[in-house]
Amino acid sequence: MLTALSFYLLSAVAVAAAFMVVASRNPVHSVMYLILTFFSAAGLFILMGAEFLALLLVLVYVGAVAVLFLFVVMMLDVDFVELKQGFLSYLPIGAVVAIVLLLEMVLVGGAYVAGETQTVVERGQELSNLERFGAVLYTEYGGLFEAAGIVLLVAMIGAIVLTLREREGVRKQNAMDQMARTRKDGVELVDIEPGQGLG
Amino acid sequence: MIIGLSHYLIVAALLFTIGVFGIFVNRKNVIIILMCIELILLAVNINFVAFSTHMVETATSNPMAGQIFALFILTVAAAEAAVGLAILVVYFRNRGNIAVENIDLMKG
Repeated sequence: MLTALSFYLLSAVAVAAAFMVVASRNPVHSVMYLILTFFSAAGLFILMGAEFLALLLVLVYVGAVAVLFLFVVMMLDVDFVELKQGFLSYLPIGAVVAIVLLLEMVLVGGAYVAGETQTVVERGQELSNLERFGAVLYTEYGGLFEAAGIVLLVAMIGAIVLTLREREGVRKQNAMDQMARTRKDGVELVDIEPGQGLG
Repeated sequence: MIIGLSHYLIVAALLFTIGVFGIFVNRKNVIIILMCIELILLAVNINFVAFSTHMVETATSNPMAGQIFALFILTVAAAEAAVGLAILVVYFRNRGNIAVENIDLMKG
């Protein structure tokens, strides 16, 4: 009973927040609703017994991706009200596509529901979700795991290379120059004759 | 009341539909389009995890694979968001706006 209640609550919040991501006027609000959607989805994952992925979802999406979105939305000085124009003119075609898509998926799902209802398979309690996850990830999918690491590395280098720029007129500290400087470069001893000055 | 696999699949289908709907409706705003892609990937992840946790383990198949794939989708989604937003920042720096209908300069 409690499971059913939590499921309906979490999924209702997730779907409503997802709709607000699309419908919200202010992109900052959209990002906030996106975070809410991810939190609710993480709750659904926990209900299903995938605790590790739920925590990962919160860490990666809420901690990194959503903050990145927020950063970009706030940094770009764009008139978002103007971008929102045409929302209503695209509404009919969008609604038609969405309804067709949903109908197709409901038909497939209905064919499934006609069969036997399945609930979460209760596995033996001797191993936690994380242990089972790790046992499979580092053995059968070890190569793919490393490939995923390379994907992240490439994305990181790509993002840095894309956004790096040399700015004119910025005085930066050059540590190598400073360390290579010797007494000979910096100090000059001048023997000044009395009464003549440096002339 | 028993919450079965189909319940989770319906939630995922709703999220997926909202994501596609959002791409159609917010045609001018790249940031919202990227967020909608994240929503679609989240729906796919919910499907993967639901099938993974509702599947009975047999000798030839390990249900954990579904969660492993959800992890990989998460990885690729994070990489995609980082690179996509970096491209957006560079584009904004060059053009001064991010209207989608202006991104067709290379059209023949």
